Amino acid sequence: MSMRTLKRLAVAVGVLAAGMAAAVAQGPAKALLVDGSTTVGPIADAFAEALMRKDPALSITVKKTGSGDGAKALVDGLCDIATMSRFMKDKECKAAVEKGFLPVAHAIAMDGVCVVVHPSNPVSGLTADQIRGIYAGRIANWKEVGGTDAPIVAISRDTSSGTYETFDGLVMKSEKMAAGVETVGSNPQMHVRVSTTPGAVGYVGLGFVDEKVKALTVNGIGPSKKAIASGVYPVSRPLFLFTRGYPELGSTIHTFCAFYLTEEGQEIIEAKGFVPLTNY
Amino acid sequence: MIGREKPEATAVGFDRPLLLTARQDLVGYAGGLTGRAVLFSIAASSVLAVLLIFAFIIREAVPFLLRGNDAAAGLSLANLPTRLGELFGSDQWHPEASVAPEFGTLAILAGSLYVTVTALAVGVPVGLLTAVCLSDVVPFSVRQAVKPVVELLAAIPSVAYGFFAVLVLAPLIQKHLDVPTGTNVLNAGLILAVMAIPTIVSISEDALSAVGRDLREASYACGATRAETLLRVVIPAAHNGIIAAVLLGMMRAIGETMVVWMASGMAAQVPAPWWDLAQSVRTMTGTIAQEMGETVVGSPHYHALFVLGLVLLVFTFSLNLATETLLGRMRRQGGKKP
Repeated sequence: MSMRTLKRLAVAVGVLAAGMAAAVAQGPAKALLVDGSTTVGPIADAFAEALMRKDPALSITVKKTGSGDGAKALVDGLCDIATMSRFMKDKECKAAVEKGFLPVAHAIAMDGVCVVVHPSNPVSGLTADQIRGIYAGRIANWKEVGGTDAPIVAISRDTSSGTYETFDGLVMKSEKMAAGVETVGSNPQMHVRVSTTPGAVGYVGLGFVDEKVKALTVNGIGPSKKAIASGVYPVSRPLFLFTRGYPELGSTIHTFCAFYLTEEGQEIIEAKGFVPLTNY
Repeated sequence: MIGREKPEATAVGFDRPLLLTARQDLVGYAGGLTGRAVLFSIAASSVLAVLLIFAFIIREAVPFLLRGNDAAAGLSLANLPTRLGELFGSDQWHPEASVAPEFGTLAILAGSLYVTVTALAVGVPVGLLTAVCLSDVVPFSVRQAVKPVVELLAAIPSVAYGFFAVLVLAPLIQKHLDVPTGTNVLNAGLILAVMAIPTIVSISEDALSAVGRDLREASYACGATRAETLLRVVIPAAHNGIIAAVLLGMMRAIGETMVVWMASGMAAQVPAPWWDLAQSVRTMTGTIAQEMGETVVGSPHYHALFVLGLVLLVFTFSLNLATETLLGRMRRQGGKKP
């Protein structure tokens, strides 16, 4: 083997090694792990899909294990972004600070749940306490809340839905629902049941309110995009992404957390039945 | 003569040597062995699948049964009695409650029972009468035309039945029976009955037809009327097959998921008063289907759903065993006269 061949070989090996090193160095920077709320999950999924379509080198994994688990994963360094349908609790913040970073919240959308009844129902508004009373089984007849003498058919969502989580947290406040409360598995099915049952009361995302069901005012405030986005409507809450410190500008994490500010991000949020904070 | 012998010999292939070489012998033996092994493993794989399903469900159910409310604690047999007491001693099902979740399955077991019994109460008489009518009353040509149509009912996807239950039957029940909710025991029971009828008709008609012509003619010869022959001779003779048909229909009803999820209302309550079929209930299958999707893997709720699955599996498995035994008896009786 001549000296020249050896040199060439050495150069080739060097180039190969450098390339592999670059690939290894680039790998982790382009991979993103998102974990947390089942409510925010669908938005994160759609964000990830849109971003990965734009940059095929990007690899974003979205897990949906619940807000609490998301916060825990963020603190333990097991994910880059935690999706949460509530703010971090003091305990979680303290754990993060002990690990040496400040958790930063990015509110990306508002979630509003509309309480709906059959259009023929004369009741046009309830207070949050009355709604809680109905679902807890203390109020069983419409005449107790100013309606006709008819039994109330309370319909709830399955416990695994984000809409249920919102309703449970903001209206039920951890009080258990009565055993007689019916449950349905989806927003469309809730819509069908309420629109065909005169005595029914249910709750759906804002996107499912139309002329076939009547949305009630809660504490006197009607559900509208404006009321939900401004947080005036009682059954609304912000949805968050949490990061370890504010992400470096231009980093993948930053792109993800700022995606809600783009027109495409706004469309995704609306398509998933949430209320965007932007208005293009 | 000579001209005929030769072609005959080649036709049967006597030109092959009768004695195999050692290699041919070995190849033939190995081939036979491999063939048997392949066929055996294919046959065994379905048995293995059943065993694995059992093993998997038991494995996922055990953590709930052996662990206390503290998720971090280890498994211990000491927890079993309290857990069983909680599961089968309470009707409060609040698995996702943030404070003190409850895992009482009584209401859910009762719901499965209510829906199944209602379905059988409607489906068995209708199915049996249809089967008797097809086998003994109408002409054979009518039977040949009607039976496939009845069996076609089984081909409709269950989600289509579910839509029908929610969109058509529920408003009808509300309007005409004047009850507050249309998704209830009655709704789910009626739909399940329609779904179980093809099974019941098909199998019990087979059983009735399997009762030989000789028995019927002997009965007529003794002076029995057609009704007497049917009720006293044919149906008793076919009872094994008929019971098997009912059990299979029951399995269809108890294992059905989509329809009960949509039609039963999914309220985890025991109807009060007990005879009020216009109340919503929740079944085992519906609960699993509705709650498994987003349950946090490894949580008590997750494992509790597997316990429900285990109960369901044991139930359908024992029903299936009973059916197999009865159908086996029917087949044996088909040949000889009882």
